[in-house]
Amino acid sequence: MRKIKKLEMRGISKSFQGNPANRDINLTVNSGEILGLLGENGAGKTTLMNILYGLYQPDSGQILINDEEVRLTSPLDSIHHGIGMVHQHFMLVQNHSVLENIALGYEKTPFFFPKIRIRDKVVEFARRFNFAMDPTMKIWQLSAGEQQRVEIIKALLNGADLLILDEPTSVLTPQEIEDLFHILKDMKAQGHMVIIITHKLDEIMDICDRVTVIQKGTVVGSADTATMDKRSLARMMIGREVLFNAEREQLPKGDTVLKVDGITVKGDKGTPVVKNMSFEVYENEIFGVAGVAGNGQRELGEAITGIRAIETGRVEVKGVDTTNMSPRRIYDAGLSHIPEERIRFGIAPGLFLYDNSILKQHHLKKFSKKLFLEYSQIRDHAKSLVESYRVSTHSIDVQTKNLSGGNIQKLILGREISEKPPLLVASHPTYGLDVGATEYLREELLTRRREGGAILLFSEDLEEVMKLCDRIAVMFEGEFVGVLDSGDPRLADIGLMMAGSLRL
Amino acid sequence: MLRIKVSDRATTTGLRSFMTNIASLVAGLCAIGLIFVACGVNPFYAISKIFMGSFGSMYGFKETVTKAIPLIIIGGGLTLAFRSRFWNIGAEGQLLMGAIFSTWVGLAWGPNLPSWAIVPLMFAAGFLGGALWGLIPAILKIRFSINEVISTLMLNYICAEFMTLLIVGPWKGRSRFGFPGTDNLPESAILGVISGSRIHYVTLILALVFAVILAVVVYKTRFGYEVRVIGENPDAGRYAGINFFKTSLIVMAVSGGMAGIAGVGEVAGIHHYLTYPASISSGYGFTAIIVAWLAKLNPLYAVVSGLFFAGILVGGDAIQISLGLPAATVQIVNGTLLVFLIMGDFFFKNKITIRWGK
Ligand SMILES: Nc1ncnc2c1ncn2[C@@H]1O[C@H](COP(=O)(O)OP(=O)(O)OP(=O)(O)O)[C@@H](O)[C@H]1O
Ligand SMILES: [Mg+2]
Repeated sequence: MRKIKKLEMRGISKSFQGNPANRDINLTVNSGEILGLLGENGAGKTTLMNILYGLYQPDSGQILINDEEVRLTSPLDSIHHGIGMVHQHFMLVQNHSVLENIALGYEKTPFFFPKIRIRDKVVEFARRFNFAMDPTMKIWQLSAGEQQRVEIIKALLNGADLLILDEPTSVLTPQEIEDLFHILKDMKAQGHMVIIITHKLDEIMDICDRVTVIQKGTVVGSADTATMDKRSLARMMIGREVLFNAEREQLPKGDTVLKVDGITVKGDKGTPVVKNMSFEVYENEIFGVAGVAGNGQRELGEAITGIRAIETGRVEVKGVDTTNMSPRRIYDAGLSHIPEERIRFGIAPGLFLYDNSILKQHHLKKFSKKLFLEYSQIRDHAKSLVESYRVSTHSIDVQTKNLSGGNIQKLILGREISEKPPLLVASHPTYGLDVGATEYLREELLTRRREGGAILLFSEDLEEVMKLCDRIAVMFEGEFVGVLDSGDPRLADIGLMMAGSLRL
Repeated sequence: MLRIKVSDRATTTGLRSFMTNIASLVAGLCAIGLIFVACGVNPFYAISKIFMGSFGSMYGFKETVTKAIPLIIIGGGLTLAFRSRFWNIGAEGQLLMGAIFSTWVGLAWGPNLPSWAIVPLMFAAGFLGGALWGLIPAILKIRFSINEVISTLMLNYICAEFMTLLIVGPWKGRSRFGFPGTDNLPESAILGVISGSRIHYVTLILALVFAVILAVVVYKTRFGYEVRVIGENPDAGRYAGINFFKTSLIVMAVSGGMAGIAGVGEVAGIHHYLTYPASISSGYGFTAIIVAWLAKLNPLYAVVSGLFFAGILVGGDAIQISLGLPAATVQIVNGTLLVFLIMGDFFFKNKITIRWGK
């Protein structure tokens, strides 16, 4: 028996310190329906969903379940009413097993022998939705997609009829996205409803029945996806069409900027995950590393940028040996870094936006005189970053953690690119960005390339890699199984290479 | 069934932070009141007596300022350490080490040097002593991953025993007639006081100057920026290439050195010779932890919270005598307040919803 047949949000408004994040929002979902929520970074999507999940209280407006008004003052209320949410940053205990995590979040977990007694239930749920999952595995052993499935099971086990997913696909591999969509379609067939936030228009078209578009806190449109196409969606969202066709002109091959010579790097579990790898990246070049997540890309990026130790081998940036140097020295040698785990590495969340606008650059002459920081310069810098990278915030005097996910990303991007580094190492730079910002970023990368910059791009988005990169390396189990020029016909087999079944 | 839900507070403001502190203090005083009731003492009388004893009379106030001096200096240094997530519980030992170093300098060179030369030398020696004692756990932590809470705490006892050894052994003064303790410091090495009080003003001025300098360092300098980044998110610090080894060394040298300076003040300003560790410092190094915490890790606020806790020390002594309460009264009062402050911090950072439901 489903608890929710219809959910309605009416006239919801919410401000933070006088700055509206949601204004008079109306939204309806019916059972057996998947609703897409679309909008630019900072439009207020997460805020709205946090209200529905009971994390924030709206300043005004009502929430109705089956045409009856309910008050959701905490996530517990929402869970009781059959609402579940999977946040963008998973909230799982890394050193515990899948079962233990589920037991922790499950309301009816018995006090004694919790694991044994809920085990059957978990296994049954996993079967019902065709999850492949070993409940005794520890969370840290799981990929992002598997962790997400654990979160989903947690929500379903608590009886969620309405599942909210906040940008669920940005950390998943294409295969995992497909699996997720299968699960969602199964849920839909069983009468669940789903609200999904995503910036990828294809996904909206693929999975959603209806889409609601939010702009600067207000709903600007709602439509059946059957009557829409990608162009009209984009137009609805940012008021113009997105070009999606940044031109990559031929440029002569420049000097070597990054030289990686036979490096071996260990992963968190102590085993080598990058094995004797060598490659070079040149001026005027975007070098893409594609591959299924977990094949050593993250560790490779961290090793080159100085966050992770290199066991053997050598890295040179513009002829300077940077092997195992401190990240700041490597920065001074000419390398900027957009890290993969941006909330973990990229910002100090409690410090102000302007403080974070100079992280790793605070020692530069223009920001500090002798021992002192030059706050007037820093503030100007922060303002110009906010402006040129369109970070939507009402001031630079906000704690960085209060920015929306995409805007934190834009701040980091701006900070790392605006210094015009000879070498930019970018891991999933478009992750979490709205379509407009993605387009802007891609152009920005191509501009760097044109100006003589070298870019090492890690991405799982094949379309992005194909579009931007001069050369594409496919990584599998810590090795490049092939390095191809962008025009190479063998790129058609990139899927096989990523799966490790083809080696060039 | 009763359900309690803890969730992150989305937004926090300076005003709320201030109000939380006040509310925690009031709640803490209520709890202390209950303890007084249990001891058969009228709580209102006892608590008002505490504050009358420390702030209500000129004599009491002078004593309060005297005791605030070490608390402000040490508390200020601890704000820096705690901000960089270095949990320095060893200020007591660092204070004693400062006292030992400065006593040595004072006894050895004091007789031949004028005040203007020997006093700065003693402060420098005290700073050095405290700093060295503070550097040991810093090195142990960074090089060998030894938990600093344990190492700083243990170093307190080592230093106290070492000091006892000195005063009963090699440093025992001839003028002490066999009792433990060094000879008195020479006249030139003794700090001046404001007349009619025990306030050794040189140390007081140093305390205030240090508070201002530290505030500037934390909020305006590159080094302070690095400390704040590490405190907020160590991983971001690593990403930004901040040198943890160097930063920890500086932080602990300053934090320990400031405790050492407090030690100089106690020896040269109050006691005038080195005696038992428990007399040199009545737990200032520990009380200062609460001072730093109440100051929300801002060295300027540490001046105010240092005065507040000095008041409790003085007032506690007063009621101990007049109401015949046990000697541990002051510790109980302090401990209770710390617990409530930390609880307040928890309620400040988290939202609690309690309700009945199934
Ligand atoms: N706790 C908070 N305190 C202050 N401002 C906040 C807070 N949470 C969100 N905001 C502001 O509200 C606005 C909407 O944020 P929200 O996170 O809902 O955006 P979003 O649509 O999810 O964006 P994105 O696509 O980047 O995730 C932003 O301008 C953000 O800065
Ligand atoms: Mg969001």
